[in-house]
Amino acid sequence: MATFGSLSDRLTAALANLRGKGVLTASDVDGTVREIRRALLDADVNLDVVKAFTAKVRERALGADLSKALNPAQQVVQIVNEELVGILGGQQRRLEFAKQPPTVIMLAGLQGAGKTTLAGKLAKWLENDGHTPLLVAADLQRPNAVQQLQVVGEQAGATVFAPEPGNGVGDPVRVAKDAVRFARDKQHDVVIIDTAGRLGVDAELMKQAANIRKATDPDEVLFVIDAMIGQDAVATAKAFQDGVDFTGVVLTKLDGDARGGAALSVASITGRPIVFASTGEKLEDFEPFHPDRMASRILDL
Amino acid sequence: GTVRTIDEDTWDDLEAAMIGADFGPDITESMLADLREKVDRYSTTDPRDLQRMLREDVEERLAGFDPTLKLSDRPAVVLIVGVNGVGKTTTIGKFAKFVGNYGRSVVVGAADTFRAAAVEQVATWAERAGAAVVRPQHPGQDPASVAYQTVEYAQRTGTEIVLIDTAGRLHTKGGLMDELGKVKRVVEKLAPIAEVLLVLDATTGQNGVMQAQAFIESAGVTGLVVTKLDGSAKGGFVLRVQDETGIPIKLIGQGERIQDLTGFTPHVFAQGLVG
Ligand SMILES: Nc1nc2c(ncn2[C@@H]2O[C@H](COP(=O)(O)OP(=O)(O)OP(=O)(O)O)[C@@H](O)[C@H]2O)c(=O)[nH]1
Ligand SMILES: Nc1nc2c(ncn2[C@@H]2O[C@H](COP(=O)(O)OP(=O)(O)OP(=O)(O)O)[C@@H](O)[C@H]2O)c(=O)[nH]1
Ligand SMILES: [K+]
Ligand SMILES: [Mg+2]
Ligand SMILES: [Mg+2]
Repeated sequence: MATFGSLSDRLTAALANLRGKGVLTASDVDGTVREIRRALLDADVNLDVVKAFTAKVRERALGADLSKALNPAQQVVQIVNEELVGILGGQQRRLEFAKQPPTVIMLAGLQGAGKTTLAGKLAKWLENDGHTPLLVAADLQRPNAVQQLQVVGEQAGATVFAPEPGNGVGDPVRVAKDAVRFARDKQHDVVIIDTAGRLGVDAELMKQAANIRKATDPDEVLFVIDAMIGQDAVATAKAFQDGVDFTGVVLTKLDGDARGGAALSVASITGRPIVFASTGEKLEDFEPFHPDRMASRILDL
Repeated sequence: GTVRTIDEDTWDDLEAAMIGADFGPDITESMLADLREKVDRYSTTDPRDLQRMLREDVEERLAGFDPTLKLSDRPAVVLIVGVNGVGKTTTIGKFAKFVGNYGRSVVVGAADTFRAAAVEQVATWAERAGAAVVRPQHPGQDPASVAYQTVEYAQRTGTEIVLIDTAGRLHTKGGLMDELGKVKRVVEKLAPIAEVLLVLDATTGQNGVMQAQAFIESAGVTGLVVTKLDGSAKGGFVLRVQDETGIPIKLIGQGERIQDLTGFTPHVFAQGLVG
């Protein structure tokens, strides 16, 4: 980290002698852009995304009329912030519900990202809104993933559909398919499918996820991603987009001190909105995603 | 055809590769500056020589620490710590098998009494590895007391290796970090702790450095385990962790199967990082 705590401070310092100047010159802007670039890389934003982003900011900063600005640094920060919020989705995005229930929500992502925990959080949150979610144990791979979902379901007060023991036994595609029928029969209006963690480079498991999607035709496929992830966020997000495709993103473990540059990388590369933020291990640690808060966090403003 | 020579594109590509591997902007900048100086000094023109110099640099940095596990105490008590979901429990399963292959008897302490089905998960792994397991007597039992009972079991039965699983915790949570200190102190009433292994997920970015600093401070880490290196992430942040803390990488996890654990070999890791 540089001597200054936040990008805002660093920009103020970089532009300190510009007070009262009408327009920024290319060399003023280049110094500023270097600071922004460094801050974004420190926040783990993907390098290609950083390059595209800083080019955009440079262009706007050069064209900006700073004559009325008391503090050019603040004005540049403003530009940076607007661009960030724009990429992160601007407005909050709500869950899509099916016109004809049940609404099917499938969760997918890397190992350990927080899918199973999220399943419980979603169930609890939906129940508070008067829904009757069904949790589906379609991770039949990870040791005791089925029991984990059962415990989480119990904590959330939700029914868990778990016809197979897991630990390598049972067909997740079939379980997911049967779950939708079960939900229709038992009048669960939302189906939340927990799936096994998988790597972007694992073609076979990616195919399995695609098959779960085909068999259940979900209204939402949520890509769950750990806020601590580094430069690999882009390769992984692309692999999941190509492999299963997803309709929205959930960022987890935001209760830590990760700046969460992955949010920017994933949103800008895939064009998919971030829908929720997961902020702890307890089921209530969960909230709709706020693009403006995330922008400040990434920039450490 | 034309022979490629080192130009600005070469440097840009190199920078992209290093940033892309999660070296972070600081190390990338300083290593590139060193390389530019070397290229000048030796009048190097071939990009392949530059690539080789980088690999050698990385390997040299990685090789400066002793990766051997210190497991000669009886019992040898190993505590596994790290943030949520990095692969602690899975590593315990693999590690139990790994030392079991050398004929050592192993007991696993299920001291993650918090996360849903964590006890069942580690018990499944212990069974696969042919290790014994000590479980909590009731859900939510104090992890320090489970750890204590596990060491007691090992002393009573003559079991050689004790592996203690702990709940994942973010390094920013003071109370949970203090809990690790308590687990250590309670265990040390019975036996010294041979290794405290911090598990780091290769997909992590620069936050991994902060994780390491915090765990080293509260848990007295003696070695690093880097997991999930079977994916597309390279784990370059561990270079900075080793550099800044002097704590060696001791084990590498490369998959979800019980055999997917190896020791640390600097040249293999360097090859994976920069090709
Ligand atoms: N601090 C924190 N921990 C979280 C959060 N979400 C999940 N976790 C923890 O992260 C770990 C992994 O969560 P899981 O829900 O098991 O992740 P998963 O994606 O289902 O993992 P696999 O099924 O193995 O792929 C657990 O220890 C959870 O308690 C969060 O928002 N904050
Ligand atoms: N691909 C791959 N997956 C791994 C590796 N190590 C662990 N995993 C997976 O990562 C997920 C989390 O692993 P766990 O061992 O439960 O992680 P943990 O650190 O114990 O998690 P908590 O106890 O919840 O904090 C599981 O799906 C594991 O199968 C690895 O080296 N490669
Ligand atoms: K992770
Ligand atoms: Mg899971
Ligand atoms: Mg665990």
